[in-house]
Amino acid sequence: MLEIKNLHASIEGREILRGINLSVNAGEVHAIMGPNGSGKSTLAHVLAGRESYQITAGEVLFEGKDLLGMLPEERAREGVFLAFQYPVEIAGVSNMYFLRAALNTIRKHRGLDELDAIDFLKTVREKMKILDMDETLMNRPVNEGFSGGEKKRNEIFQMAVLEPKLAILDETDSGLDIDALRIVADGINRLRGPDRAMALVTHYQRLLNYVVPDFVHVLADGRIVKSGGKDLAHELEQKGYAWLEETAEPVKSGVSVR
Amino acid sequence: MATETETIQSLVDREYKWGFVTSIEADSVPPGLSEDVIRLISTKKNEPEFMLEWRLNAYRHWAALEKSDAEPKWANIHYPPIDYQSMVYYSAPKTTTGPKSLDEVDPELLRTYEKLGIPLREREILSGVAVDAVFDSVSVATTFREKLAELGIIFCSFSEAVREHPELVKKYLGSVVPYTDNFFAALNAAVFTDGSFCYIPKGVRCPMELSTYFRINAQNTGQFERTLIIADQDSYVSYLEGCTAPMRDENQLHAAVVELVALDNATIKYSTVQNWYPGDKQGKGGIYNFVTKRGKCLGRNSKISWTQVETGSAITWKYPSCILQGDNSVGEFYSVALTNNYQQADTGTKMIHLGKNTRSTIVSKGISAGHGQNTYRGMVKITKNAEGSRNYSQCDSLLLGDKCGAHTFPYLEVKNSTAQVEHEATTSKIGEDQIFYFRQRGLSTEDAVSMIVNGFCKQVFRELPMEFAVEAQKLLGVSLEGSVG
Repeated sequence: MLEIKNLHASIEGREILRGINLSVNAGEVHAIMGPNGSGKSTLAHVLAGRESYQITAGEVLFEGKDLLGMLPEERAREGVFLAFQYPVEIAGVSNMYFLRAALNTIRKHRGLDELDAIDFLKTVREKMKILDMDETLMNRPVNEGFSGGEKKRNEIFQMAVLEPKLAILDETDSGLDIDALRIVADGINRLRGPDRAMALVTHYQRLLNYVVPDFVHVLADGRIVKSGGKDLAHELEQKGYAWLEETAEPVKSGVSVR
Repeated sequence: MATETETIQSLVDREYKWGFVTSIEADSVPPGLSEDVIRLISTKKNEPEFMLEWRLNAYRHWAALEKSDAEPKWANIHYPPIDYQSMVYYSAPKTTTGPKSLDEVDPELLRTYEKLGIPLREREILSGVAVDAVFDSVSVATTFREKLAELGIIFCSFSEAVREHPELVKKYLGSVVPYTDNFFAALNAAVFTDGSFCYIPKGVRCPMELSTYFRINAQNTGQFERTLIIADQDSYVSYLEGCTAPMRDENQLHAAVVELVALDNATIKYSTVQNWYPGDKQGKGGIYNFVTKRGKCLGRNSKISWTQVETGSAITWKYPSCILQGDNSVGEFYSVALTNNYQQADTGTKMIHLGKNTRSTIVSKGISAGHGQNTYRGMVKITKNAEGSRNYSQCDSLLLGDKCGAHTFPYLEVKNSTAQVEHEATTSKIGEDQIFYFRQRGLSTEDAVSMIVNGFCKQVFRELPMEFAVEAQKLLGVSLEGSVG
């Protein structure tokens, strides 16, 4: 489904990703771990199409199509979803209006009929229950006045409604208390399926106790320095990241890696 | 980062869709202003002596002001000096004998309205709106007159009112905005060529929205309309004013005056959508819109509500105000002002509380994009006798991009300790993070901007009559580009 080849990306002239290679197949859940500043979030945003990053080398194929050549909204319509680490607040636009507009745009792209307000409400009600969300949240402006936990739950709720093919979850576990973590994890697990791939970007292993990944990759200094099964996460929890960073091949700054 | 800013910028950079000039022969007086020109205008309009007297007094007052350089300079707007002697003060399409029905209206004129999306005919039949269309300076079509006349409602051009209802005009003209009020009000009083007049008799609820479309057409002609609306006791009227002008290079001065008078228990709702030519992307051309609008709640329990959506003009200088004279009277001001490219707006309201238990509400939404400068200037004045009066003001500003500006100047003057005055203000910016969030959910930048902007303006749009609300949303979308739905 997703094929990342030798991906290099920088921001304001500073190289953050220095040659990422990764393939993700439908039905798989990949955890992407790594210390602060290793490039995890950058990778998530580059895949979603954040334009502040410059791609300096490499390619990314999504279902065989050139992902990097698409606009962010085209990627979303094709089925790429990013659950944000810090979801923004949007005053004056209700959650309901926002999400219905998003869903209908995506449905249109997939050749499906648009949903009217009543059908839409039917569809979302059930999904709100799963994430234990208060229905009144739907009438409130997007993320405005939401607690940190509510924002994260709202991201997973949006994912449940939009039914993406590839979901990238950027630090979804951060800032969640243990109950909220369980609810969010449950929501994520329900969305696992043979046609859907997920990439969980996380600093800690605790989310992975609830959402068990098929593969774990460790990012350090802009490259994947180690890949393994779910046990790798436990190993990291015990040993920390330092032992892996030492093994990473140093890249001289200022040298082009193209 | 740069790219997203550029995308917003390119949305904001759109051509004025409605720039075109209709070629109809115009009957104009030579440029410049003098007592002779005033006399000529008055003669051309077959006005009674009292009108000429009033105009001449206004002219003398204005001339004295001009001599002493008293053109107001306090507003947060910048423009080169206006040469009042190079302007043409009267221009009328040459079809001078007034048409009896739409069939007699110059087809060219009708096509112009059609381009604007306001076919009179359709409006007449479908929407039940009576349209008094002002093309340049003379009313060319007044519809639904008979139906309104049955109820005793007078809705006609100002010139006609001067001729046929001189007693009403005499009584109320200048009673809210005297010609001595300000520089532009004096100029208007001297040279105004036409406008609308409306009188709702006692106990009558006007069954339809009254509407006037103003349009500036002849080159180099300042347009000076004058509108006077009187709602007698226990009456109600909702009045709509909407406008758009063709593309042009030179700046055009537009100095209108609107006076509203509400007697006991009467309500006047006045809604405006203003979309005059704002000038091009470099700030060249565009209308100078220096307007004096004021309503007087003369009677007890009367109410005047202003709603405006201002998206056009190079410069807007406008403060629709309420004088709350009658006890328990209510004043409202709901405003959306959008400035894009090099547009400047200095707009707001004045709420003057004179009577007891008078209440006022101010909701102002300013949107700035491009190099636009948007200023809210408002005054709430509670006088000594205005016991138990209340005001609530809310001023919100929304910025798109980083080259525009928003300014807020609220003035509060409270002389009665039983009054309650509240003021809230916010400033927000459509950030790249917000746009990216929308896009990541499949929505385009254009959709994102229009959803955010419309969300921002919802509170004001709610106050507009349904049809107008749709038009206003569209206008806003067009002014920022986008598919506003």
